Amino acid sequence: MAEWTDVCALDDIEEEDVVRFDHGERTFAVYRSPDGEVFATDGLCTHEQVHLADGLVLDDTIECPMHNGRFNYKTGAALRTPACVALGTYPARIVGGRVQIEL
Amino acid sequence: MTAVDAHSPYPRDYSLTGPEGRHAVEIGLASADWYHSDVPRKVMKDLMRRRDGPAIRDTLLWLVLLVLSGAGGVLLWGSWWSVPFWIVYGVLYGSACDSRWHECGHGTAFRTEWMNDAVYHIASFMVMRNPVSWRWSHARHHTDTIIVGRDPEIPFMRPPDLVMGVLHFIGLPDVIFWMRTLIRNALGRISAEEAEYIPESERPKAVFWARVHVAIYALAIGSAVAWWSIIPLMLIGGPRIYGAWHMFLTGLLQHGGLAEDVVDHRLNSRTVLMNPVSRWIYWNMNYHVEHHMFPMVPYHALPRLHDLIKHDLPPPNTSFIDAYCEMIPALIRQRREPGHYIRKTLPATARPYREEFHNAVGQR
Repeated sequence: MAEWTDVCALDDIEEEDVVRFDHGERTFAVYRSPDGEVFATDGLCTHEQVHLADGLVLDDTIECPMHNGRFNYKTGAALRTPACVALGTYPARIVGGRVQIEL
Repeated sequence: MTAVDAHSPYPRDYSLTGPEGRHAVEIGLASADWYHSDVPRKVMKDLMRRRDGPAIRDTLLWLVLLVLSGAGGVLLWGSWWSVPFWIVYGVLYGSACDSRWHECGHGTAFRTEWMNDAVYHIASFMVMRNPVSWRWSHARHHTDTIIVGRDPEIPFMRPPDLVMGVLHFIGLPDVIFWMRTLIRNALGRISAEEAEYIPESERPKAVFWARVHVAIYALAIGSAVAWWSIIPLMLIGGPRIYGAWHMFLTGLLQHGGLAEDVVDHRLNSRTVLMNPVSRWIYWNMNYHVEHHMFPMVPYHALPRLHDLIKHDLPPPNTSFIDAYCEMIPALIRQRREPGHYIRKTLPATARPYREEFHNAVGQR
């Protein structure tokens, strides 16, 4: 059953930025949008398994640091080649200044 | 700088469909974890920041100079005074197109995506590269830089063909090869090598764009025949031959004479300090170690990145002459000893090369 998992303090993620979150065998990218909302996706680019937490957040997109493939981190949609396959997304929320994602 | 003779089997199979490629995957050289110099996240975010301003300025200047030099060449046709105009037009078309293709292909030149795409397509046509195939080819070049059997963009396969290296400066072998490739793609054929890195879903797009390019070239050739004048070909396609010399002058230095099968760009890429005109034509790709280590950093921020991490990199070559004096003897020696490569000495401030990752050549 899905449950909310604590990631970090909201202040640990700058606005329009991303952090890496490892949980068990899995890795995620957790974003803070320019308007202060939080989002979560799979951590690795669907093209070459590079971690997106080293990438660049531009508005509502994340750009992979290796080949510049882009995804909409709110929907997971692949927006720019070489990324062709969408990312998995996960519900995220802020509770008492902490970021949580539902896994 | 040290000259290294790695004892490994040569000639090697550089094809992407052969045993070397499979072996690279087996021993973990493909899609490997590459060395990166430390740059704090905050600083890297600032370096990666996209701006439209520098690329709009450079692109407008590029287009204006293309129009002026092309017009000068046409208007003065038949006089020796047209020659300098064609020299300028040729380099702006046949050489600057490569760096525009490259940066806009990475999507880093402009912040606005349609501007990257528009310039990418124009430059792809000028440089005679299929805009779809080459996007994928270049992605592989970044994943597996100079990994034999994986990288489709290895300029000097050992033992190096020096005659071909020289001929590149007049663009001819390149143009013949890529025109044949474009025509083959336009006929709907994707080679086994191309199929290695272009996903099936992208192949129809590669065929479409090849047809667009071939149609424009056919129009230029048709115009030249109809008007019985070479001027249409001096303006379209021809500069890829007579103006490509600067592209190769800079491009051959990127990896020439350096290591194969290593996972540290400090060992297989070269940074060369050069004059501001060449840097403008080349859009700062002379900072090639930096570009490969951090491909998200736009061309206009590469000098800043270089200053930040140069303590961790081999000293850059100080000029074209310095770089060619280093590379040419290594290439000549590779004719006799294909295992030889230039191993640059790191400064005392740098983190050392990770030897365990750099002895793969000997295992292959």
